[in-house]
Amino acid sequence: MSLLRLDAISLSFGGLTAVDGVSFAVERGEIFTMIGPNGAGKTSIFNMISRFYQPSEGRLFFEDIEITSMPPHQIAELGIARTFQNIELFDNATVLDNLLVGRHRHRTTRIFEDILFLPKVRRAEYADRYRVEEVIEFLDLQKYRDLVIANLPYGVRKVCELARALCTEPKLLLLDEPSSGLNVEETDDMVYWINDIRSEFGITVLMVEHDMTLVNRVSDRVLALNYGHVLALGTPHEVAHDRAVIAAYLGT
Amino acid sequence: MRPIFQTDYDQDIRLMRHRGYWWSYGTLLLLVLLAPFVVGSYLQSQIVFVFIYSIVGVGLLILAGFTGQTSLGHAAFLAIGAYTAGYMQRLGVPFLVYLPLSVILSGAVGALVGFPALRLSGIYLVIATIAFGFIIEEVAARWESVTNGNDGMRVKPIEFFGVTLGREGYGFYYLCLGLLMLVLLLALNILRSPTGRAFVAIRDSEIAARSIGVNLAVYKVVAFSISAAMTGLAGCLYAHKLSFISPEMFTLLLSLEFVIVILIGGIGSLHGAVLGSIFVVMVDPFLGYLKDDVPRTIGKLAQAFGAANAGAIQDTLSAIGGAAGLKGAIYGVIIILFIIFEPYGLYGRWLKIRLYFELFPLYKKATFRRQKTYLKSERNR
Repeated sequence: MSLLRLDAISLSFGGLTAVDGVSFAVERGEIFTMIGPNGAGKTSIFNMISRFYQPSEGRLFFEDIEITSMPPHQIAELGIARTFQNIELFDNATVLDNLLVGRHRHRTTRIFEDILFLPKVRRAEYADRYRVEEVIEFLDLQKYRDLVIANLPYGVRKVCELARALCTEPKLLLLDEPSSGLNVEETDDMVYWINDIRSEFGITVLMVEHDMTLVNRVSDRVLALNYGHVLALGTPHEVAHDRAVIAAYLGT
Repeated sequence: MRPIFQTDYDQDIRLMRHRGYWWSYGTLLLLVLLAPFVVGSYLQSQIVFVFIYSIVGVGLLILAGFTGQTSLGHAAFLAIGAYTAGYMQRLGVPFLVYLPLSVILSGAVGALVGFPALRLSGIYLVIATIAFGFIIEEVAARWESVTNGNDGMRVKPIEFFGVTLGREGYGFYYLCLGLLMLVLLLALNILRSPTGRAFVAIRDSEIAARSIGVNLAVYKVVAFSISAAMTGLAGCLYAHKLSFISPEMFTLLLSLEFVIVILIGGIGSLHGAVLGSIFVVMVDPFLGYLKDDVPRTIGKLAQAFGAANAGAIQDTLSAIGGAAGLKGAIYGVIIILFIIFEPYGLYGRWLKIRLYFELFPLYKKATFRRQKTYLKSERNR
């Protein structure tokens, strides 16, 4: 049973077909990368998995549960977390609060219990904070813990978004261009983190990435897309030497 | 500066972060407890209005400040609370029953308003809430069997276990203070819990909130409902404070006043609700001062210096001070100045002043300057 399965997914905006009958499956525990030129439909596929876009055709399965018509907030409940290409953090809250929002799907208290702040809420709060501190330690965010996101540099925000996604304790993590806007050193850290996310937390990673060195260093399998079609699917080495991929995207 | 070492999670959770809080809030509480014995009856009455406005302010802050859903219809929730109190009292229902009833009823109507609001945002939501305000105003004017229509409705003083709490008495003052403290406590509880964080998440990025599992529909409706319930509570007190209610009291202008409360007080923190209320309630006495005392003083001065037209000067000045649109104009100017120079309101100003003294010779203006960022992506709205 694959973790995530796309079954002939299509998406069209009016007359433009952004994704055209794409099928693939992400296996448990692998790092799966989508590559392709701008407009190939990578982020569209992400947005369909997180249910912001409704596929015009085809079906989506997560752990053999059909998610094609689920509302977005239930996707997180199932255990799919994501980051965004252009960072979507809660800008006026501290790093700690941002990560605590990430614990939302694990909340055990009801709203009226929160209003009264019953002892139960406090206990749940301890548990959430414990888990958040683990993520903070894992990603080295200690010194930013109490700072407001709006005052942080871009690279740190990128890590915060990853941290927030990890706080949801997902089974599948969708990373939309994890290295965009990062310098060489930060990208290097990202490579280690992505590998560790799999090996330490056992999380499956599906990502979109342009930086081919990063792709080659972390991916188990690579899917190349162009104009909403699948060009090639295989190990990084196979895809990098595929003629169609070289012609459409990589160049010589 | 007080270095704070983090040794356990409670340090972030508890309300009184350190001993300084106990000192400052203790002193403040002592002052408000003693105030009625020191200040005159006029000022005492103004302070009661500050309490009532603060309750509305806290309610509106939860909705507009923390969930990011602006409402220009809060006078309507106040009206629902006030009329529930008035009508129930007429039916002979005791205070301890109709107080919670006005809270529940306003909360329920708030939830109903929240549903259509799910599909609206920004300016469209503002327009929808204005429309809601007009509807309630119209209902209050037409539903004569309940509201007495435009003749208005008398509200008798509160009967509380055989004790009558007159609207000018100490009892009513402490009741309002107690309820304000309760509302503040509940609001703080919300803000330090997952619910409050979900609200803030919705305010800052709806798309990210959804991707993390926040059910927008539920939380927006809950925010509307909580906010309306608090306003309904204030409405019940408002009716008793004024002892007479009629539809033309709950107009758009009153809703606007509530928005001014949080805009001027500061939308980032609950302190803003109280500071803004002090400002809005004190504008009236200030205008009175502008109308009477200032022209009189200047007139006397002019006379002392032997100006021939001293009387004319005094008349002109009091005409300006008593001009019909002056209150609106002053509000307008002050709001514009706040938005340009102090978006975080009076509370933001207070934070800056405090930091200035904490860091005394080292304070830099740039500490609070927000960096310009160009990262916000286009939203999938």
